[in-house]
Amino acid sequence: MASKAFQKIYTQLESITKATVALRAQGITNEELATVDGRLAQVVKIKRDLITLQVFAGTEGIPTNAEVVFFGEPPTIKVSDELSGRFFNAYGEPIDNGPFVEGETRYIGGPSVNPYKRMQPSEIIPTGIAGIDLNNTLVSGQKIPFFADPDQPYNQVMAQVALRADVDKIILGGMGLTNDDYLYYKQVFENAGALNKIISFVNTTEQPPVERLLIPDMALTAAEYFAVDKNEKVLVLLTDMTLYADALSIVSNRMDQIPSKDSMPGSLYSDLAKIYEKAVQLPDGGSITIIAVTTLSGGDITHAIPDNTGYITEGQLFLRTDSDTGKVIVDPFRSLSRLKQLVIGKKTREDHNHVMNAAVRLYADAANAKTKMENGFDLSDYDLRCLSFAKDYSNKLLSIEVNINTTEMLDTGWMLFSKYFSKTEVSIKEEITQKYWKN
Amino acid sequence: MKTTGIVTGIISNLVTIEVDGPVAQNEICFIDLSGTKMMAEVIKINGKEAFVQVYESTRGLKAGDKAEFQGHMLEIDLGPGILSSIYDGLQNNLETMEGVFLKRGDYTEALNQTKSWDFMPFASVGDEVIAADWLGEVKEGWLPHKIMVPFSFNGSYTVKSIVPAGEYTINDTIAVLTGESGEDFVVTMRQRWPVKVAITKYKDKPRPFRIMETRVRVIDTFNPIAEGGTGFIPGPFGSGKTVLQHAISKQADADVIVFAACGERANEVVEIFTEFPKLEDPRTGRMLMERTSIICNTSNMPVAAREASVYTAMTIGEYYRSMGLKVLLLADSTSRWAQALREMSNRMEELPGADAFPMDLPAIISSFYARAGIVNLNNGETGSVTFIGTVSPAGGNLKEPVTESTKKAARCFFALSQNRADRKRYPAVDPIDSYSKYLEYPEIIADFKKRIGEDWVEKVLRGKNIVLRGKEAYEQINILGDDGVPLEYHKRYWKSELMDFVILQQDAFDKIDANCPMERQSYMYYMALDICEREFEFEGFEECGDFYKKIINTMRQMNYSKFESADFKKYLEQLNNELNNGK
Repeated sequence: MASKAFQKIYTQLESITKATVALRAQGITNEELATVDGRLAQVVKIKRDLITLQVFAGTEGIPTNAEVVFFGEPPTIKVSDELSGRFFNAYGEPIDNGPFVEGETRYIGGPSVNPYKRMQPSEIIPTGIAGIDLNNTLVSGQKIPFFADPDQPYNQVMAQVALRADVDKIILGGMGLTNDDYLYYKQVFENAGALNKIISFVNTTEQPPVERLLIPDMALTAAEYFAVDKNEKVLVLLTDMTLYADALSIVSNRMDQIPSKDSMPGSLYSDLAKIYEKAVQLPDGGSITIIAVTTLSGGDITHAIPDNTGYITEGQLFLRTDSDTGKVIVDPFRSLSRLKQLVIGKKTREDHNHVMNAAVRLYADAANAKTKMENGFDLSDYDLRCLSFAKDYSNKLLSIEVNINTTEMLDTGWMLFSKYFSKTEVSIKEEITQKYWKN
Repeated sequence: MKTTGIVTGIISNLVTIEVDGPVAQNEICFIDLSGTKMMAEVIKINGKEAFVQVYESTRGLKAGDKAEFQGHMLEIDLGPGILSSIYDGLQNNLETMEGVFLKRGDYTEALNQTKSWDFMPFASVGDEVIAADWLGEVKEGWLPHKIMVPFSFNGSYTVKSIVPAGEYTINDTIAVLTGESGEDFVVTMRQRWPVKVAITKYKDKPRPFRIMETRVRVIDTFNPIAEGGTGFIPGPFGSGKTVLQHAISKQADADVIVFAACGERANEVVEIFTEFPKLEDPRTGRMLMERTSIICNTSNMPVAAREASVYTAMTIGEYYRSMGLKVLLLADSTSRWAQALREMSNRMEELPGADAFPMDLPAIISSFYARAGIVNLNNGETGSVTFIGTVSPAGGNLKEPVTESTKKAARCFFALSQNRADRKRYPAVDPIDSYSKYLEYPEIIADFKKRIGEDWVEKVLRGKNIVLRGKEAYEQINILGDDGVPLEYHKRYWKSELMDFVILQQDAFDKIDANCPMERQSYMYYMALDICEREFEFEGFEECGDFYKKIINTMRQMNYSKFESADFKKYLEQLNNELNNGK
């Protein structure tokens, strides 16, 4: 983002808050970029000649006579194949000691895809994790977050999913990533030898929070280049969207906007939707799939951030430690992939839907039996069988350590059914049961 | 001369414009951004300053840019060709737009300008006509599309001339009408109407008097919606709002479906326009898309146009209602519309009401719901707009402002419960919290008597009671344990489970079960209620559970089989055997 010739320099700020500055200037366009005392800033409000700028790096130490230079255009990124394998900061500048990327300049946060030009997502993205592939199948063009408490290994699971997924490019948007996690991702990607298909935009906790606001748009503009121009299958990982939303609330607070629920800005839904809706299946084969992380506080999904996210994304995945087996599992009750109906039984074996539902139902019965046991009631024979089933199911299927293909998952399901239950108890459509029941 | 103005302020999509002449509230203007004309609507006026919400991104706009006011409110085109179209919230045709991405200022014609329609006149020269009278019709797909005297015509007119039967485009003159003052007016097949004004050119609006079949059991049997009625579906995310609404749109007994995808996921709209052209309307055998119009302003499209989208959809619904058709209007979700209002209210720095929503939210919602209804047209025919909106309550909390405001306006409440969804009991409509006020309407009770049987409504209420008592028993069993309660409690619980599994639950992804006509519903319901009201003797609670589990399993197999097919009869026989084995 180099400055250009013939730029007018302003040196008189009218007001300064923690995140914004205001000054008088002519001919300034909405959302254009500027530097204030060398720090990057963006126009967020115009009132005649009074221009309010949001300073991404914060305003600490900015004097009223700071130099302000306007760029005349909104934030941009240079896109080309050279992006592959590189690490960038929130402004799209290299942080891996490599050269600046040459390529076509594009505005970030561009327009939306015409919904009529979208295709219905129909390709399964296998991950080998049964909690996902069997119960909550991912589909290309989908957007889905992990809802996880901060102590859960969501970054590890996401890295694992990314590396197993069959895609052309993986783009990591890291917001408020701890330096340790950033290095973890870097190392995992390098060890997997997959670095050439990975592009990372990273804002760590050491950097100013408002900078994070640029990360998703940077990552997704790069993703659009590969998906639209190159017809590639792109997987975008966004972690952690809660920190992104926190940054939004900081800015809206500094701009004196009336907060709505949980002191989040009233536009939170639209702000998040603009990001997640970039997930798309394009007619020419390219696609953008988004897997995000939304950290919860104390598992509370009614908080405005996970709540709005849940309404936007096509499902959500919950991680939980199963106390009976000690394994981290993808919670079958609360997790959901809304697009799974488009592929299960169509791109996978016909019994997929039935096995999935029956297993979850029996697992729910086991949960009831467990409550009964905890309350000191006698368990029936059925209850006991449910409990044994649940342990096996958790170990052999739900655990994130499992790495098998969908057909093997289905066979494992039938094996568990016949081991613990009768056909009536499993209660699957007769013709399917006849075909797949393991004697 | 048109009023013009100069942009003086910009915060996101709220722009202030200093005007040089008169402007009206809700007037449309175009702001010129280096040659790109962006549509905007006036939402507040303060002295010389007009506050407008821009229907596009304001990136790159600057103080000093010019605007031109249009002298009218947001209007849409009404005429043949609306059905099977896909529009954005401002009625731009999304199919004819170029490029993969939406471009700012790219506005497309809503109606095909060159297509010829086969017109058949009804009116003759010399006829006295008033607004909304039918002058003739064209066939839009298989539907008779009436060409009407424009709704904006006040007073009575005489038909001076009308074209003979033949092929005409929407811009050709169809008739010339002479007003009371002797002035002549040209009528074509298209007319324009402001979306925020209700079309009221009908004789009267009676109370709803017949039900609208949706083929969803938990609605038709337990909480029926009337033709011309209103209902809403609140539910936390993942509770199946969209699946339920899609099911209704596929199966409902309506001539026209208008689907407003308002601030929701784009892939859900894609699902509709990918599947509907391939799906048959179970009643007419024609493709579903032929009777459907989609207004699509997904969550990533500009917020202001999201607010407009529900009004656009309602206006299209009212237009088809004036032709004597049954229209079903679905909006997913009205919460997104309310949030669009909130975003603007916030930017205008208005004092907020609860959860930062604007103070007049309840009034806006109820006046919108009031536009639905069954109407008697001037010519004695009836037409209707039935409206079902979804609500996405923040945090799944039904006490939030949008749900509360909607509850006051809508007559049917289909509450989706997280608990049922977690247990995969779909549709997750809560049988206890949900209600339909129409079950209390004498007109509707009479309609059921005629359609199904004398005792229908009374028996439905008995079934609801079984579900309620089952829930109470279940709570007792949970507290006191299986052994700690009398056997009677287990019986009550299992009877409610039978109602739940056989009647309330329905597999939306099974071709046969998903589509359950009223005849089949009443057959199964009478049978289920009959079984629930029979008394069986058991040794213990385990025997009781096993007995009802078997019955439930067999009846579910019946639900999955074609009505009265060999399979169906086989399971019926099996069921009778199982019942006879009971004591």
